Amino acid sequence: MSALLEVEGLTAGYGAAPVLHDVSLTVQPGEIVAVLGANGAGKSTLLRTLSGLLPASSGRITFDGQDLRGIRVERMVHHGLAHVPEGRGVVTELTVDENLRLGGLWRKPQPSLEPIYELFPRLAERRSHLGHQLSGGERQMLAIGRALAAQPRLLLLDEPSLGLAPKITAQIMALLRDLRDRTGLAVLLVEQNVRSALSIADQGVVLSLGRIVTRHDAATLVDDADLRHAYLGF
Amino acid sequence: MDRFLFLTFDGLSRGAVYAAFALALVLIWRATRIVNFAQGAMAVATAYVAYSVSDATGSYWLGFIVALVAGLLLGAGVERVVMRFVDHSSPLNGVVVALGLVLIIQGVLGMIYGNEFRPATAPFSRDAFEIGGVALLSRYDLFVFAAVGAVVVLLTLLFTRTPTGLRMRAAAFAPDVSRLLGVPVGGMLTLGWALAAAVGSLAGMLVIPTELGLHPTAMDIVFISAFTAAVVGGLDSPIGSVLGGLMVGLLLSYISGYLGATVAPMAVLALLVVVLLSRPDGLFSRRAKARTA
Repeated sequence: MSALLEVEGLTAGYGAAPVLHDVSLTVQPGEIVAVLGANGAGKSTLLRTLSGLLPASSGRITFDGQDLRGIRVERMVHHGLAHVPEGRGVVTELTVDENLRLGGLWRKPQPSLEPIYELFPRLAERRSHLGHQLSGGERQMLAIGRALAAQPRLLLLDEPSLGLAPKITAQIMALLRDLRDRTGLAVLLVEQNVRSALSIADQGVVLSLGRIVTRHDAATLVDDADLRHAYLGF
Repeated sequence: MDRFLFLTFDGLSRGAVYAAFALALVLIWRATRIVNFAQGAMAVATAYVAYSVSDATGSYWLGFIVALVAGLLLGAGVERVVMRFVDHSSPLNGVVVALGLVLIIQGVLGMIYGNEFRPATAPFSRDAFEIGGVALLSRYDLFVFAAVGAVVVLLTLLFTRTPTGLRMRAAAFAPDVSRLLGVPVGGMLTLGWALAAAVGSLAGMLVIPTELGLHPTAMDIVFISAFTAAVVGGLDSPIGSVLGGLMVGLLLSYISGYLGATVAPMAVLALLVVVLLSRPDGLFSRRAKARTA
Protein backbone atom coordinates (compact mmCIF):
# COMPACT_ATOMS: atom_id res chain seq x y z
CA MET A 1 0.00 0.00 0.00
CA SER A 2 1.44 3.37 -0.96
CA ALA A 3 1.50 6.12 1.61
CA LEU A 4 -1.19 8.79 1.56
CA LEU A 5 1.18 11.49 2.76
CA GLU A 6 4.91 11.31 2.35
CA VAL A 7 7.14 14.05 3.70
CA GLU A 8 10.85 13.91 2.95
CA GLY A 9 13.60 16.19 4.23
CA LEU A 10 11.24 19.07 4.88
CA THR A 11 12.83 22.33 6.02
CA ALA A 12 10.65 25.35 6.63
CA GLY A 13 10.11 28.30 8.93
CA TYR A 14 9.38 31.97 9.25
CA GLY A 15 11.68 34.27 7.30
CA ALA A 16 15.30 33.24 7.13
CA ALA A 17 15.36 31.16 10.33
CA PRO A 18 14.11 27.62 9.77
CA VAL A 19 11.90 26.07 12.44
CA LEU A 20 11.73 22.61 10.89
CA HIS A 21 14.90 20.78 9.94
CA ASP A 22 14.93 17.81 7.60
CA VAL A 23 11.60 16.36 8.74
CA SER A 24 10.44 13.11 7.16
CA LEU A 25 7.30 11.15 7.95
CA THR A 26 4.58 9.14 6.28
CA VAL A 27 0.88 8.71 6.91
CA GLN A 28 -0.88 5.66 5.49
CA PRO A 29 -4.52 5.73 4.45
CA GLY A 30 -6.68 5.23 7.54
CA GLU A 31 -3.78 5.79 9.89
CA ILE A 32 -3.68 8.16 12.87
CA VAL A 33 -0.22 9.62 13.38
CA ALA A 34 0.41 11.70 16.48
CA VAL A 35 3.02 14.45 16.32
CA LEU A 36 4.21 15.05 19.86
CA GLY A 37 6.64 17.45 21.43
CA ALA A 38 7.01 20.45 23.69
CA ASN A 39 5.76 23.92 23.03
CA GLY A 40 7.85 25.45 20.27
CA ALA A 41 9.03 22.13 18.88
CA GLY A 42 7.65 23.02 15.45
CA LYS A 43 4.46 20.96 15.49
CA SER A 44 2.16 23.71 14.26
CA THR A 45 4.79 24.88 11.79
CA LEU A 46 4.79 21.38 10.33
CA LEU A 47 1.02 21.45 9.75
CA ARG A 48 1.12 25.01 8.39
CA THR A 49 3.81 24.00 5.92
CA LEU A 50 1.91 20.90 4.81
CA SER A 51 -1.23 22.92 4.05
CA GLY A 52 0.73 25.62 2.25
CA LEU A 53 0.25 28.47 4.74
CA LEU A 54 4.04 28.56 5.06
CA PRO A 55 6.41 27.93 2.18
CA ALA A 56 8.88 25.07 2.50
CA SER A 57 12.46 26.02 1.80
CA SER A 58 13.45 22.48 0.84
CA GLY A 59 12.18 18.93 0.90
CA ARG A 60 9.27 17.09 -0.67
CA ILE A 61 5.61 16.77 0.26
CA THR A 62 3.78 14.08 -1.67
CA PHE A 63 0.07 13.50 -1.16
CA ASP A 64 -1.51 10.55 -2.93
CA GLY A 65 1.38 10.53 -5.39
CA GLN A 66 1.12 14.23 -6.15
CA ASP A 67 3.65 16.91 -5.26
CA LEU A 68 1.89 19.36 -2.94
CA ARG A 69 4.54 22.05 -2.86
CA GLY A 70 3.51 25.08 -4.89
CA ILE A 71 -0.20 24.26 -4.67
CA ARG A 72 -2.13 27.22 -3.30
CA VAL A 73 -3.66 26.92 0.16
CA GLU A 74 -7.21 27.33 -1.11
CA ARG A 75 -6.72 24.37 -3.49
CA MET A 76 -5.63 21.94 -0.76
CA VAL A 77 -9.18 20.90 0.14
CA HIS A 78 -9.72 19.97 -3.51
CA HIS A 79 -6.92 17.44 -3.14
CA GLY A 80 -8.46 15.91 0.00
CA LEU A 81 -6.43 17.67 2.68
CA ALA A 82 -8.24 19.50 5.49
CA HIS A 83 -6.41 21.52 8.14
CA VAL A 84 -8.03 22.47 11.44
CA PRO A 85 -5.70 25.16 12.75
CA GLU A 86 -4.66 25.75 16.34
CA GLY A 87 -7.28 27.80 18.16
CA ARG A 88 -9.82 26.05 15.91
CA GLY A 89 -10.45 28.88 13.46
CA VAL A 90 -14.20 29.01 13.95
CA VAL A 91 -15.37 32.16 12.19
CA THR A 92 -16.93 33.75 15.25
CA GLU A 93 -19.04 36.25 13.27
CA LEU A 94 -20.80 33.47 11.33
CA THR A 95 -23.41 31.02 12.61
CA VAL A 96 -22.74 27.36 13.24
CA ASP A 97 -24.63 26.50 10.07
CA GLU A 98 -22.71 29.04 7.99
CA ASN A 99 -19.39 27.75 9.33
CA LEU A 100 -20.34 24.20 8.40
CA ARG A 101 -21.59 25.22 4.96
CA LEU A 102 -18.32 27.00 4.36
CA GLY A 103 -16.48 23.70 4.77
CA GLY A 104 -18.28 22.05 1.86
CA LEU A 105 -18.85 25.13 -0.25
CA TRP A 106 -16.26 24.28 -2.85
CA ARG A 107 -17.90 20.92 -3.62
CA LYS A 108 -20.37 20.71 -6.50
CA PRO A 109 -23.09 19.88 -5.64
CA GLN A 110 -22.79 21.09 -2.08
CA PRO A 111 -22.93 18.22 0.39
CA SER A 112 -25.75 17.82 2.88
CA LEU A 113 -24.76 18.87 6.39
CA GLU A 114 -27.10 16.36 8.03
CA PRO A 115 -24.41 13.67 8.48
CA ILE A 116 -22.28 16.24 10.31
CA TYR A 117 -25.20 17.22 12.52
CA GLU A 118 -25.83 13.53 13.28
CA LEU A 119 -22.21 13.20 14.29
CA PHE A 120 -22.45 16.31 16.51
CA PRO A 121 -26.02 16.54 17.85
CA ARG A 122 -24.87 19.44 20.03
CA LEU A 123 -24.15 21.50 16.91
CA ALA A 124 -27.54 20.68 15.48
CA GLU A 125 -29.11 22.23 18.58
CA ARG A 126 -27.08 25.38 18.08
CA ARG A 127 -27.34 25.73 14.29
CA SER A 128 -28.24 29.40 14.29
CA HIS A 129 -25.93 30.48 17.11
CA LEU A 130 -22.96 32.67 16.25
CA GLY A 131 -19.49 31.19 16.59
CA HIS A 132 -18.58 33.41 19.51
CA GLN A 133 -21.54 32.10 21.51
CA LEU A 134 -20.12 28.56 21.57
CA SER A 135 -18.12 26.91 24.32
CA GLY A 136 -14.57 25.73 23.66
CA GLY A 137 -15.67 22.13 23.16
CA GLU A 138 -18.44 23.16 20.79
CA ARG A 139 -16.01 25.25 18.79
CA GLN A 140 -13.67 22.29 18.46
CA MET A 141 -16.55 20.10 17.31
CA LEU A 142 -17.55 22.79 14.83
CA ALA A 143 -14.02 23.11 13.48
CA ILE A 144 -13.73 19.34 13.03
CA GLY A 145 -17.24 19.06 11.60
CA ARG A 146 -16.49 21.85 9.16
CA ALA A 147 -13.32 20.09 8.02
CA LEU A 148 -15.30 16.87 7.57
CA ALA A 149 -17.86 18.67 5.39
CA ALA A 150 -15.10 18.81 2.78
CA GLN A 151 -14.95 14.99 2.91
CA PRO A 152 -11.16 14.93 3.20
CA ARG A 153 -8.88 11.91 3.09
CA LEU A 154 -6.38 13.42 5.50
CA LEU A 155 -7.22 15.62 8.47
CA LEU A 156 -4.47 17.84 9.88
CA LEU A 157 -5.55 18.56 13.43
CA ASP A 158 -3.69 21.08 15.55
CA GLU A 159 -4.05 20.74 19.36
CA PRO A 160 -7.71 19.72 19.49
CA SER A 161 -7.49 19.28 23.28
CA LEU A 162 -6.28 22.85 23.90
CA GLY A 163 -8.34 24.44 26.65
CA LEU A 164 -10.84 21.58 26.82
CA ALA A 165 -11.95 19.60 29.85
CA PRO A 166 -10.54 16.04 29.92
CA LYS A 167 -14.00 14.58 29.37
CA ILE A 168 -14.54 16.62 26.20
CA THR A 169 -11.05 15.79 24.98
CA ALA A 170 -11.78 12.09 25.46
CA GLN A 171 -15.03 12.46 23.48
CA ILE A 172 -13.22 14.11 20.61
CA MET A 173 -10.47 11.49 20.56
CA ALA A 174 -13.06 8.69 20.56
CA LEU A 175 -14.85 10.41 17.71
CA LEU A 176 -11.65 10.60 15.65
CA ARG A 177 -10.96 6.94 16.14
CA ASP A 178 -14.52 6.08 15.24
CA LEU A 179 -14.32 8.19 12.07
CA ARG A 180 -11.11 6.50 11.07
CA ASP A 181 -12.63 3.07 11.62
CA ARG A 182 -15.80 3.85 9.69
CA THR A 183 -14.54 6.03 6.85
CA GLY A 184 -10.85 5.32 6.53
CA LEU A 185 -10.00 8.94 7.31
CA ALA A 186 -6.29 9.46 8.00
CA VAL A 187 -5.35 11.93 10.74
CA LEU A 188 -2.12 13.77 11.43
CA LEU A 189 -2.71 14.81 15.02
CA VAL A 190 -0.56 17.45 16.68
CA GLU A 191 -0.89 17.32 20.45
CA GLN A 192 0.78 18.40 23.66
CA ASN A 193 -1.60 16.12 25.49
CA VAL A 194 0.55 13.04 24.90
CA ARG A 195 -1.59 10.48 26.70
CA SER A 196 -4.82 11.24 24.92
CA ALA A 197 -3.11 11.51 21.54
CA LEU A 198 -1.40 8.14 21.95
CA SER A 199 -4.65 6.59 23.16
CA ILE A 200 -5.96 6.70 19.59
CA ALA A 201 -2.80 6.97 17.44
CA ASP A 202 -1.21 4.16 15.45
CA GLN A 203 2.14 5.91 15.19
CA GLY A 204 3.82 8.53 17.34
CA VAL A 205 6.42 10.96 16.08
CA VAL A 206 8.32 13.15 18.55
CA LEU A 207 9.55 16.55 17.42
CA SER A 208 12.15 18.47 19.37
CA LEU A 209 13.53 21.83 18.27
CA GLY A 210 12.23 21.20 14.77
CA ARG A 211 13.77 17.78 14.27
CA ILE A 212 12.21 14.34 14.53
CA VAL A 213 13.96 12.64 17.44
CA THR A 214 12.04 9.40 17.53
CA ARG A 215 9.24 7.56 15.79
CA HIS A 216 7.50 4.44 17.03
CA ASP A 217 4.25 2.55 17.17
CA ALA A 218 2.01 4.34 19.61
CA ALA A 219 1.80 1.22 21.76
CA THR A 220 5.58 1.00 22.00
CA LEU A 221 5.85 4.64 23.00
CA VAL A 222 3.32 4.14 25.76
CA ASP A 223 4.70 0.85 27.04
CA ASP A 224 8.44 1.48 26.93
CA ALA A 225 9.38 3.34 30.08
CA ASP A 226 12.78 4.43 28.74
CA LEU A 227 11.27 5.97 25.60
CA ARG A 228 8.61 7.68 27.65
CA HIS A 229 11.12 9.19 30.05
CA ALA A 230 13.53 10.22 27.32
CA TYR A 231 11.09 11.85 24.92
CA LEU A 232 7.71 12.37 26.50
CA GLY A 233 8.58 13.29 30.06
CA PHE A 234 6.25 10.96 31.94
CA MET B 1 -44.25 72.39 10.22
CA ASP B 2 -44.27 72.39 6.43
CA ARG B 3 -40.70 73.54 6.46
CA PHE B 4 -39.79 70.76 8.88
CA LEU B 5 -41.42 68.15 6.64
CA PHE B 6 -39.69 69.54 3.58
CA LEU B 7 -36.30 69.49 5.33
CA THR B 8 -36.95 65.96 6.55
CA PHE B 9 -37.64 64.59 3.07
CA ASP B 10 -34.76 66.56 1.61
CA GLY B 11 -32.48 65.20 4.34
CA LEU B 12 -33.59 61.62 3.74
CA SER B 13 -32.90 62.00 0.03
CA ARG B 14 -29.38 63.30 0.65
CA GLY B 15 -28.98 60.76 3.41
CA ALA B 16 -29.82 57.91 1.06
CA VAL B 17 -26.84 58.91 -1.09
CA TYR B 18 -24.58 59.16 1.96
CA ALA B 19 -25.88 55.77 3.04
CA ALA B 20 -24.88 54.18 -0.26
CA PHE B 21 -21.48 55.84 -0.19
CA ALA B 22 -20.93 54.88 3.46
CA LEU B 23 -21.99 51.31 2.65
CA ALA B 24 -19.25 51.18 0.01
CA LEU B 25 -16.70 52.39 2.58
CA VAL B 26 -17.89 49.76 5.07
CA LEU B 27 -17.66 46.95 2.51
CA ILE B 28 -13.98 47.72 1.95
CA TRP B 29 -13.23 48.38 5.61
CA ARG B 30 -14.70 45.01 6.60
CA ALA B 31 -12.70 43.16 4.00
CA THR B 32 -9.36 44.95 4.25
CA ARG B 33 -9.31 47.25 7.30
CA ILE B 34 -8.62 50.12 4.91
CA VAL B 35 -10.74 53.26 4.79
CA ASN B 36 -10.82 53.88 1.07
CA PHE B 37 -10.19 57.60 1.00
CA ALA B 38 -9.93 57.34 -2.79
CA GLN B 39 -13.56 56.31 -3.11
CA GLY B 40 -14.80 59.83 -3.87
CA ALA B 41 -12.19 60.40 -6.57
CA MET B 42 -12.90 56.94 -8.03
CA ALA B 43 -16.61 57.72 -8.16
CA VAL B 44 -15.95 61.06 -9.87
CA ALA B 45 -13.72 59.36 -12.44
CA THR B 46 -16.50 56.96 -13.39
CA ALA B 47 -19.00 59.83 -13.47
CA TYR B 48 -16.81 61.63 -16.02
CA VAL B 49 -16.75 58.48 -18.13
CA ALA B 50 -20.53 58.24 -17.81
CA TYR B 51 -21.10 61.83 -18.90
CA SER B 52 -18.71 61.38 -21.85
CA VAL B 53 -20.78 58.39 -22.93
CA SER B 54 -24.04 60.25 -22.36
CA ASP B 55 -22.75 63.26 -24.33
CA ALA B 56 -21.67 61.07 -27.22
CA THR B 57 -24.79 58.92 -27.35
CA GLY B 58 -27.45 61.26 -26.01
CA SER B 59 -28.57 58.57 -23.59
CA TYR B 60 -28.40 59.28 -19.86
CA TRP B 61 -29.14 55.66 -19.03
CA LEU B 62 -26.36 54.27 -21.17
CA GLY B 63 -23.99 56.57 -19.29
CA PHE B 64 -25.51 55.48 -15.98
CA ILE B 65 -24.88 51.81 -16.75
CA VAL B 66 -21.38 52.62 -17.99
CA ALA B 67 -20.67 54.37 -14.67
CA LEU B 68 -21.59 51.24 -12.70
CA VAL B 69 -19.56 48.95 -14.97
CA ALA B 70 -16.62 51.38 -14.87
CA GLY B 71 -16.93 51.35 -11.08
CA LEU B 72 -16.70 47.54 -11.01
CA LEU B 73 -13.64 47.59 -13.25
CA LEU B 74 -11.93 50.49 -11.49
CA GLY B 75 -12.51 48.91 -8.07
CA ALA B 76 -11.15 45.56 -9.22
CA GLY B 77 -8.20 47.32 -10.87
CA VAL B 78 -7.33 49.38 -7.79
CA GLU B 79 -7.38 46.24 -5.63
CA ARG B 80 -5.36 44.11 -8.06
CA VAL B 81 -2.81 46.69 -9.09
CA VAL B 82 -2.39 48.84 -5.99
CA MET B 83 -4.05 47.78 -2.75
CA ARG B 84 -2.98 44.13 -2.92
CA PHE B 85 0.61 45.27 -2.52
CA VAL B 86 0.06 47.58 0.44
CA ASP B 87 2.04 46.45 3.47
CA HIS B 88 -0.47 45.95 6.27
CA SER B 89 2.05 46.18 9.11
CA SER B 90 0.85 49.73 9.79
CA PRO B 91 -2.77 50.77 9.32
CA LEU B 92 -1.55 54.13 8.01
CA ASN B 93 -0.03 52.57 4.90
CA GLY B 94 -3.38 51.90 3.28
CA VAL B 95 -4.56 55.41 4.11
CA VAL B 96 -1.48 57.03 2.60
CA VAL B 97 -1.76 54.93 -0.56
CA ALA B 98 -5.46 55.81 -0.87
CA LEU B 99 -4.70 59.51 -0.46
CA GLY B 100 -2.01 59.17 -3.14
CA LEU B 101 -4.64 57.64 -5.43
CA VAL B 102 -6.87 60.66 -4.82
CA LEU B 103 -4.12 63.02 -6.00
CA ILE B 104 -3.39 60.89 -9.07
CA ILE B 105 -7.04 60.45 -10.08
CA GLN B 106 -7.92 64.12 -9.52
CA GLY B 107 -4.79 65.21 -11.40
CA VAL B 108 -5.52 62.96 -14.36
CA LEU B 109 -9.17 64.06 -14.46
CA GLY B 110 -8.08 67.70 -14.41
CA MET B 111 -5.68 67.08 -17.29
CA ILE B 112 -8.30 65.32 -19.41
CA TYR B 113 -11.47 67.23 -18.60
CA GLY B 114 -10.21 70.51 -17.12
CA ASN B 115 -10.62 71.85 -13.62
CA GLU B 116 -13.91 73.65 -14.10
CA PHE B 117 -17.39 72.62 -13.11
CA ARG B 118 -19.40 70.98 -15.87
CA PRO B 119 -23.15 70.91 -15.60
CA ALA B 120 -24.51 67.46 -14.81
CA THR B 121 -28.10 66.77 -15.75
CA ALA B 122 -30.48 64.70 -13.71
CA PRO B 123 -32.57 62.06 -15.50
CA PHE B 124 -35.76 63.18 -13.75
CA SER B 125 -37.21 66.50 -12.72
CA ARG B 126 -35.88 67.85 -9.46
CA ASP B 127 -38.97 69.99 -8.98
CA ALA B 128 -40.87 68.77 -5.98
CA PHE B 129 -44.48 67.89 -6.51
CA GLU B 130 -46.97 68.88 -3.89
CA ILE B 131 -48.51 66.43 -1.46
CA GLY B 132 -51.37 67.95 0.49
CA GLY B 133 -50.29 71.45 -0.48
CA VAL B 134 -46.67 70.97 0.64
CA ALA B 135 -43.83 70.52 -1.84
CA LEU B 136 -41.97 67.54 -0.46
CA LEU B 137 -40.50 65.18 -3.00
CA SER B 138 -39.28 65.36 -6.56
CA ARG B 139 -39.27 62.56 -9.07
CA TYR B 140 -35.52 62.62 -8.73
CA ASP B 141 -35.77 62.04 -4.96
CA LEU B 142 -37.94 58.99 -5.63
CA PHE B 143 -35.35 57.74 -8.10
CA VAL B 144 -32.63 58.17 -5.46
CA PHE B 145 -34.65 56.25 -2.85
CA ALA B 146 -35.41 53.46 -5.32
CA ALA B 147 -31.81 53.15 -6.51
CA VAL B 148 -30.30 53.13 -3.02
CA GLY B 149 -33.03 50.83 -1.73
CA ALA B 150 -32.38 48.40 -4.57
CA VAL B 151 -28.65 48.38 -3.84
CA VAL B 152 -29.21 47.74 -0.14
CA VAL B 153 -31.64 44.89 -0.86
CA LEU B 154 -29.41 43.32 -3.53
CA LEU B 155 -26.30 43.49 -1.35
CA THR B 156 -28.21 42.04 1.60
CA LEU B 157 -29.42 39.15 -0.55
CA LEU B 158 -25.93 38.63 -1.95
CA PHE B 159 -24.28 38.50 1.47
CA THR B 160 -26.91 36.50 3.33
CA ARG B 161 -28.40 34.20 0.70
CA THR B 162 -25.67 33.21 -1.74
CA PRO B 163 -22.57 31.01 -1.50
CA THR B 164 -20.47 33.86 -2.90
CA GLY B 165 -21.75 36.17 -0.16
CA LEU B 166 -20.85 33.61 2.49
CA ARG B 167 -17.37 33.29 0.97
CA MET B 168 -16.97 37.06 0.95
CA ARG B 169 -17.98 37.40 4.60
CA ALA B 170 -15.73 34.52 5.68
CA ALA B 171 -12.79 35.91 3.68
CA ALA B 172 -13.26 39.29 5.34
CA PHE B 173 -13.56 37.95 8.89
CA ALA B 174 -10.96 35.16 8.80
CA PRO B 175 -8.79 35.12 5.68
CA ASP B 176 -6.36 32.35 6.67
CA VAL B 177 -9.07 29.99 7.90
CA SER B 178 -11.12 30.70 4.78
CA ARG B 179 -8.22 29.78 2.53
CA LEU B 180 -7.85 26.49 4.40
CA LEU B 181 -11.54 25.85 3.66
CA GLY B 182 -11.03 26.44 -0.05
CA VAL B 183 -12.21 30.04 -0.31
CA PRO B 184 -10.25 31.99 -2.96
CA VAL B 185 -9.65 34.93 -0.64
CA GLY B 186 -7.82 37.06 -3.19
CA GLY B 187 -10.69 36.75 -5.64
CA MET B 188 -13.20 37.66 -2.93
CA LEU B 189 -11.19 40.81 -2.11
CA THR B 190 -11.19 41.84 -5.74
CA LEU B 191 -14.93 41.23 -5.95
CA GLY B 192 -15.48 43.23 -2.77
CA TRP B 193 -13.54 46.21 -4.11
CA ALA B 194 -15.38 45.97 -7.42
CA LEU B 195 -18.80 45.94 -5.76
CA ALA B 196 -17.89 48.73 -3.35
CA ALA B 197 -16.55 50.95 -6.11
CA ALA B 198 -19.69 50.33 -8.19
CA VAL B 199 -21.85 51.35 -5.22
CA GLY B 200 -19.64 54.42 -4.84
CA SER B 201 -20.14 55.22 -8.52
CA LEU B 202 -23.88 54.91 -8.09
CA ALA B 203 -23.76 57.33 -5.16
CA GLY B 204 -21.68 59.72 -7.25
CA MET B 205 -24.09 59.56 -10.18
CA LEU B 206 -26.97 60.26 -7.79
CA VAL B 207 -25.42 63.16 -5.91
CA ILE B 208 -23.45 65.06 -8.57
CA PRO B 209 -26.53 66.47 -10.38
CA THR B 210 -27.81 67.80 -7.04
CA GLU B 211 -24.61 69.72 -6.27
CA LEU B 212 -22.51 72.14 -8.30
CA GLY B 213 -21.88 69.66 -11.09
CA LEU B 214 -18.99 67.59 -12.34
CA HIS B 215 -15.53 68.54 -11.09
CA PRO B 216 -12.49 66.42 -10.13
CA THR B 217 -13.13 67.29 -6.48
CA ALA B 218 -16.92 67.07 -6.72
CA MET B 219 -17.16 64.22 -4.19
CA ASP B 220 -14.82 65.62 -1.53
CA ILE B 221 -17.54 67.09 0.66
CA VAL B 222 -19.79 64.09 0.04
CA PHE B 223 -16.94 61.86 1.10
CA ILE B 224 -16.63 63.63 4.44
CA SER B 225 -20.37 63.29 5.10
CA ALA B 226 -20.38 59.64 4.07
CA PHE B 227 -17.26 58.87 6.08
CA THR B 228 -18.95 60.45 9.10
CA ALA B 229 -22.01 58.31 8.39
CA ALA B 230 -19.87 55.18 8.27
CA VAL B 231 -18.15 56.07 11.55
CA VAL B 232 -21.51 56.84 13.17
CA GLY B 233 -22.63 53.41 12.02
CA GLY B 234 -19.54 51.76 13.44
CA LEU B 235 -17.52 51.18 10.20
CA ASP B 236 -18.08 47.43 10.57
CA SER B 237 -21.83 47.43 10.21
CA PRO B 238 -23.58 47.67 6.82
CA ILE B 239 -26.90 48.41 8.52
CA GLY B 240 -25.18 50.97 10.72
CA SER B 241 -23.77 52.72 7.68
CA VAL B 242 -27.20 53.00 6.09
CA LEU B 243 -28.75 54.35 9.29
CA GLY B 244 -25.74 56.63 9.78
CA GLY B 245 -26.15 57.95 6.25
CA LEU B 246 -29.79 58.82 6.82
CA MET B 247 -28.93 60.46 10.14
CA VAL B 248 -26.18 62.59 8.65
CA GLY B 249 -28.46 63.56 5.77
CA LEU B 250 -31.18 64.67 8.17
CA LEU B 251 -28.74 66.55 10.37
CA LEU B 252 -27.25 68.41 7.40
CA SER B 253 -30.68 69.26 6.08
CA TYR B 254 -31.99 70.63 9.40
CA ILE B 255 -28.83 72.63 10.02
CA SER B 256 -28.75 74.06 6.48
CA GLY B 257 -32.45 74.86 6.75
CA TYR B 258 -32.55 76.40 10.20
CA LEU B 259 -29.01 77.72 10.73
CA GLY B 260 -27.72 78.31 7.22
CA ALA B 261 -25.92 76.23 4.60
CA THR B 262 -22.48 77.52 5.56
CA VAL B 263 -22.68 75.91 9.01
CA ALA B 264 -23.48 72.44 7.64
CA PRO B 265 -19.95 71.23 6.76
CA MET B 266 -18.75 72.24 10.23
CA ALA B 267 -21.67 70.40 11.81
CA VAL B 268 -20.63 67.20 10.01
CA LEU B 269 -17.09 67.51 11.31
CA ALA B 270 -18.39 68.26 14.80
CA LEU B 271 -20.54 65.13 14.69
CA LEU B 272 -17.54 63.09 13.53
CA VAL B 273 -15.44 64.37 16.42
CA VAL B 274 -18.19 63.79 18.99
CA VAL B 275 -18.80 60.23 17.82
CA LEU B 276 -15.10 59.40 17.70
CA LEU B 277 -14.61 60.76 21.21
CA SER B 278 -17.69 59.29 22.86
CA ARG B 279 -18.57 56.15 20.90
CA PRO B 280 -15.57 55.26 18.70
CA ASP B 281 -17.19 51.91 17.84
CA GLY B 282 -20.19 53.71 16.43
CA LEU B 283 -23.70 54.19 17.71
CA PHE B 284 -24.98 50.81 16.54
CA SER B 285 -22.12 48.49 17.41
CA ARG B 286 -23.60 45.73 19.52
CA ARG B 287 -20.87 43.37 18.47
CA ALA B 288 -17.91 45.47 19.50
CA LYS B 289 -17.46 43.59 22.77
CA ALA B 290 -18.06 40.13 21.41
CA ARG B 291 -15.35 40.58 18.80
CA THR B 292 -12.56 40.91 21.26
CA ALA B 293 -13.71 37.96 23.36
